[in-house]
Amino acid sequence: MSRSRTERLVNLVICLLSTRRFLTAAQIAATVPGYEHDPDDPRDHEAFQRKFERDKAELRDLGVPLETGTASVFDTEPGYRIAPGEYALPDIHLEPDEAAAVGIAARTWQHAGLAAAASSALAKLRAAGIDVDRQATLGVEPVVRVDPAFEPLTGAVRDRQAVTFDYRTPSDDQPTTRRLQPWGVVCWRGRWYVVGHDLGRDAPRCFRLSRVVGDVRRVGAPAAYEPPDVDLISYVARWSGPRERTCRATVLVAEGRGAGIRRYAEQVVPGEDGDRVVLKYADAEGLAAWLVGYGADVVVLDPPEVRDFVVKRLHEIAAVHPVAQQEVRA
Amino acid sequence: MSGSADRLSRLLNLVPYLLSRPGIAVAEAAGDLGVTERQLRDDLELLWVCGLPGYGPGDLIDMALDGDRVTITYDAGIDRPLRLTRDEALALVVALRLLAETPGVGHRDAIERALAKIESAAGDEAGPPVTVRLPGDPDRLGALRGAVERRCALRITYYTAARDVTTDRVVDPMRVLVVGDRAYLEAWCRRAEAVRLFRVDRIDAFAELAEVAAPPSRARPTDVRDGVFHATPDQPLITLRVSRGARWITEYYPCEEVRDEPGEHWLVSLRASDLGWARRLVLGLGPDVTVVGPPELIETVGAEARTALAGYEEPVGC
Repeated sequence: MSRSRTERLVNLVICLLSTRRFLTAAQIAATVPGYEHDPDDPRDHEAFQRKFERDKAELRDLGVPLETGTASVFDTEPGYRIAPGEYALPDIHLEPDEAAAVGIAARTWQHAGLAAAASSALAKLRAAGIDVDRQATLGVEPVVRVDPAFEPLTGAVRDRQAVTFDYRTPSDDQPTTRRLQPWGVVCWRGRWYVVGHDLGRDAPRCFRLSRVVGDVRRVGAPAAYEPPDVDLISYVARWSGPRERTCRATVLVAEGRGAGIRRYAEQVVPGEDGDRVVLKYADAEGLAAWLVGYGADVVVLDPPEVRDFVVKRLHEIAAVHPVAQQEVRA
Repeated sequence: MSGSADRLSRLLNLVPYLLSRPGIAVAEAAGDLGVTERQLRDDLELLWVCGLPGYGPGDLIDMALDGDRVTITYDAGIDRPLRLTRDEALALVVALRLLAETPGVGHRDAIERALAKIESAAGDEAGPPVTVRLPGDPDRLGALRGAVERRCALRITYYTAARDVTTDRVVDPMRVLVVGDRAYLEAWCRRAEAVRLFRVDRIDAFAELAEVAAPPSRARPTDVRDGVFHATPDQPLITLRVSRGARWITEYYPCEEVRDEPGEHWLVSLRASDLGWARRLVLGLGPDVTVVGPPELIETVGAEARTALAGYEEPVGC
């Protein structure tokens, strides 16, 4: 933007903030420097109109609340003004520790778009007279990354507008196209999800944002539905809750080996052939799969169910990882 | 936002900024606003010719420049910054919610007060539809944060999954981080003589020492913007053929390449911290995974499985 355009836009903001009457484009042109033109020359007038349209768009992009209306019932041309109460950031006073928290919050985003939004928000708070300490820390810092679908989905929730997107979980061979009335976005255990009413399934569903393939597109009209007042976390957490470990297994772990197993030991009894380690578990097959990871460092003694799962898996693994040719004994 | 729109928003902020700090040094203001002194002076010159219709001496923005100090004497009506946009409110409010939800975080009370004030100032744009819950044990993280704040060296018992060993070591804590679904203690490890990120859930025990934490000046915080695990070319590249039941590993481990194969299989390449870790990974995944390479891994996985099976043909204890 040229210096003259910046100057014109600052003057336009000041002019529209200072007026209580709606000013028509012609009145603005006659007042604000930079809009001088000959209204009787069609080409000159058209150039002015394009310039004014661009300027209005620029102000709206910045978030300047341009009001449109007519000064009286006899006016046919629309007029413009900015209500100071709508324009200005409301009074805000932050204590030093609060300002420090805001400064740290603004540093949280590792995502370019949100980081830029956070720093322009900080600039406005500084302009409101708040001093933000850039060095402050809270001892524990979250580092947050969001998926590309975050912004379109939060926007759609606020506008209460349905979306469609392609979605693929690791167990799907092809993405499926979903249609969703999103209710909200949830961060659970460091991952982002959207919860909403799945229009295809006609039921509430949650989707992991990292599994959205390609763009999120809006469909239908805004304000098309009302998100229910529910705890969104519960929709996501329902799929992730741990199971209670009520069963016990005894495994023989070679001395000085299997540190990863010993960390979960309820009891360790040393013996000549190794340590007998008692583990609590919920799912025999899950425990077996985990124990197989430790290879020959562990032998399951009890229960037979876990032992059989382990032996079966070891046979399956051995079968697909054959002894290398040159090592086959003659 | 374009550079030009940046300047316009900077100018609209500048008048209220200076208005609330009469007599501020130009250099200080420039530093605070993140512009050069020259740029700031240029902005001031531009504002000087802006003002109310009429554009006479009493209508234009006016300021007193006293040496290096500046005071706004007439603001022409732009005495307040523009309100927060939807994106700005979202960025601050969600980040404050994340901070407030971070287990073991300090000054939670200040975070919550700040959140309430920002939400109130954001008005209609407040209340972004985002709920957050971060994992972790608040007492544990709080205790580790305490050690960082008090600058205490720690003796930790740490489980290294890459080698399946638990070791004791003395570390100089630097900070506590929550990245994705995990919390980490970043510290100078005196054993490794390097900065290490210790997963908090793998610190099996820790005790504060009567010694001051003193990370050497060469200890730099890790750049975690792209995640905690940074694969390096010297780490072995392993390639696995993965059936449906184990495809989840592509979401769990950073992969170099994932290719669809005919049928349900994916060909997945990833860097392993070492082949011992890779062997435990493959054995743990069981029949859903077959090693494609390197040949040493095929061999060690097969050999380990056969040795383990031999353990079951022996009479087992009494």
